[in-house]
Amino acid sequence: MTACEIWKGILKLATQQHAMVAVDHLNKVYESKERRVEAIGDLSFEVNQGDFTCIVGPSGAGKTTLLKCLAGLLAPTRGSVRVNGHQVTEPPEEMAVVFQEYGRSLFPWKTVRENVELPLRERKIPKAEREKTVSDALKAVALDHVGESYPWQLSGGMQQRVAIARAVAYKPKVMVLDEPFAAVDAQTRADLEDLMLTLWSELGLTLIFVTHDIDEAVYLGQRVLVLSSSPTRILDDVSIDIPVPRSQATTRIDPQFATLRTRVYAGIQKAKKGA
Amino acid sequence: MHRVSSFLGLALLALAWELAPRLGWINASFFPPLQNVLQKLLEISSTAEFWGFLLSTVRTWTLGLCLATFAGIAIGLFIGLTPGARRYTHSTIEFLRPIPSVALIPGVILIFGSRYQSGVVLITYAAFWQVLLQILYGLNDIDLVARDTARSFRFSRMGFIRNVAWPTLLPFLFTGVRLAAAMALVLAVTAEMVIGSQGIGRGIVVAQASNATAEAYAYVIVAGLIGVAINGLARVLEVRILSWHPSVRNLGGQA
Amino acid sequence: MFNALRKLFVELALPALLFALLYIMSANSTNFYFPALSAVLKQFNLLWLGPRFAADVIPSLERLMAGYLLACIAGIAIGIPIGLYKPLRRALEPVLEFFRAIPPVAMIPLLIVNMGFGNSMKITVIVAGAIWPILLNTVEGVKAADHVLNETCQTYGIRGFARLRHFIVPSASPQIIVGMRLGLSIGIVLMVISEMFAALDGLGSAIIYFQRSYEIPQMWSGVMMLGLFGFSLSVLFRWFERWALHWYDGMRDLERHS
Repeated sequence: MTACEIWKGILKLATQQHAMVAVDHLNKVYESKERRVEAIGDLSFEVNQGDFTCIVGPSGAGKTTLLKCLAGLLAPTRGSVRVNGHQVTEPPEEMAVVFQEYGRSLFPWKTVRENVELPLRERKIPKAEREKTVSDALKAVALDHVGESYPWQLSGGMQQRVAIARAVAYKPKVMVLDEPFAAVDAQTRADLEDLMLTLWSELGLTLIFVTHDIDEAVYLGQRVLVLSSSPTRILDDVSIDIPVPRSQATTRIDPQFATLRTRVYAGIQKAKKGA
Repeated sequence: MHRVSSFLGLALLALAWELAPRLGWINASFFPPLQNVLQKLLEISSTAEFWGFLLSTVRTWTLGLCLATFAGIAIGLFIGLTPGARRYTHSTIEFLRPIPSVALIPGVILIFGSRYQSGVVLITYAAFWQVLLQILYGLNDIDLVARDTARSFRFSRMGFIRNVAWPTLLPFLFTGVRLAAAMALVLAVTAEMVIGSQGIGRGIVVAQASNATAEAYAYVIVAGLIGVAINGLARVLEVRILSWHPSVRNLGGQA
Repeated sequence: MFNALRKLFVELALPALLFALLYIMSANSTNFYFPALSAVLKQFNLLWLGPRFAADVIPSLERLMAGYLLACIAGIAIGIPIGLYKPLRRALEPVLEFFRAIPPVAMIPLLIVNMGFGNSMKITVIVAGAIWPILLNTVEGVKAADHVLNETCQTYGIRGFARLRHFIVPSASPQIIVGMRLGLSIGIVLMVISEMFAALDGLGSAIIYFQRSYEIPQMWSGVMMLGLFGFSLSVLFRWFERWALHWYDGMRDLERHS
């Protein structure tokens, strides 16, 4: 344990701070007429407020299932998920989700601005305040010039940025992202990764970032959870102590980056072999 | 479980039809109870007249549909495959298409009277548009890559039609014929009712005119059953013949 | 400018040619049943650009609109819950299949018995026929709502009426409008037929009246009016469609060119 971790532990005990997201012995089994699939075996972990946690795992490791349980879209078979102290039985109000299929998560009959604004309208936030929040969010993702365009008129990367802006405007306590950059080209991905880091440091969000890209996980997170293959449990909990702010140019050639990356990679390989 | 709930709906409906007139909720002379109607249905299905009507309707339907299909395919292929033809015919098609086939009724009465040919003309006219449009949609949809591949291998026109155009067209053709078939039935019955040619439609009108209300409803049910049969047949054929096509293969996953 | 003229030429070339051919070929017609086009046009001018418009076309249009709008509202209102709830769909599917298969024309005599010859009978016939494509297409459109969008609504707390308004209905609208288009065609057909049966006023009854009294050029002029009627409504519908689905057309155009 590093000094940093010891200090954090003391602080936590001292302030009795409860974790922002607490997953406790989560278990999910899919039952159908033909077969029974135990997607998640036994998962327990906590994410503190303001943390940037990445989750990686081999294909079929139940990452999507975990995400759906976190987001309240799926009920666990056993165990629980708590967000901000309350148990999750339906999508929690303090959580915003950014989906992988950005094209299908934005409403094609609404403009960019209307898309970002919609969740705020549902919360009955007054118009003037809504407009400001939407403008700020669009500015934060550098899309304030395309407010009146339709999502399908934009490139893939821009569409995903709109989805992120919508999540940001929602002012959630926790943001969960499901392999958000998987369907985007490499250069755009690098820009979007840096965007996430900027948003995280400026807005103090708690982020849970699911990805299959190991480099991305180590680059972005302060902590990487490595999942085993099904039935899923936590194989490794890697603390990323590379200093912040990070940059594409320098961080990725940092020797510490390589070490951590190798560790995560080894974990995934182990998981693939059915650990 | 699935089947139980399906039957439940039908059963409730049948029950309502049986009870409502008997309980006086609906005037029984206008809307006889289901039992009476079904009884009548059994009665008439043993008469020669009924089967004569049925055959007549089916004959008109078949002829009209076949004519419409051939004409639709021929003209559709011509328009779709001749460069420029589409543009020039577009306005004409858009103008003629919405003209209801019933507008032809006076004309066919004049020429054919109440012979079954009037019905055939009506059906052919209306069903033709369905088939034509679907063929045009289909030709529009030909995979550009497949077309360019055919071009680079220097397929002849016939070769292109046989190997690229036709397979792409088949599902569209099926949709067109399926829609045309339903429409053809409606028009066959319509022609019989309005023009007076022999057929199910005539059965309905005659029964109603002689106040044999239950019999009229019986004929209506027969018309409905024919429609259900046609639809079912079309679906079965579609799956059989088009099983290779991705849109049909995906039907299972499309719940 | 030149481009626009060129487009106009292409649009009008074939129709003009056909019209001219018909005019010339029928000019000296002595056939009682197929008079000269010029005679028909003359009657058209006299009747349909004259008193008959108000006497027949307007009532027809009113009946059609009443029946059609009712069919749209009912079809969509009933179609949405059926599309959303699987158990409801399973229970109702065979019932709907059966009713849909009954040619609405077949119901006209029965409706006359029940309702007489007046407007309510005709409007009922129109609704009974036009509602089916609208209802069934609404069910299909609602059924096919994207599940990722559905999860998005769930996570952002968009529920109930808001979910219908912002998600379900717009998502299903292209399909619903296909149904509405079919419903309009069917509505027009039924309007004409019901008028032919119960000859009081309206386009259909006028045409049949002329046919029965062997006033042939008048009859054909009525047929021409009917054609124009159908065509104008279809143009109006296309404008409506373009307004309602401008986002969809834009999206599809993009897909096609990519």
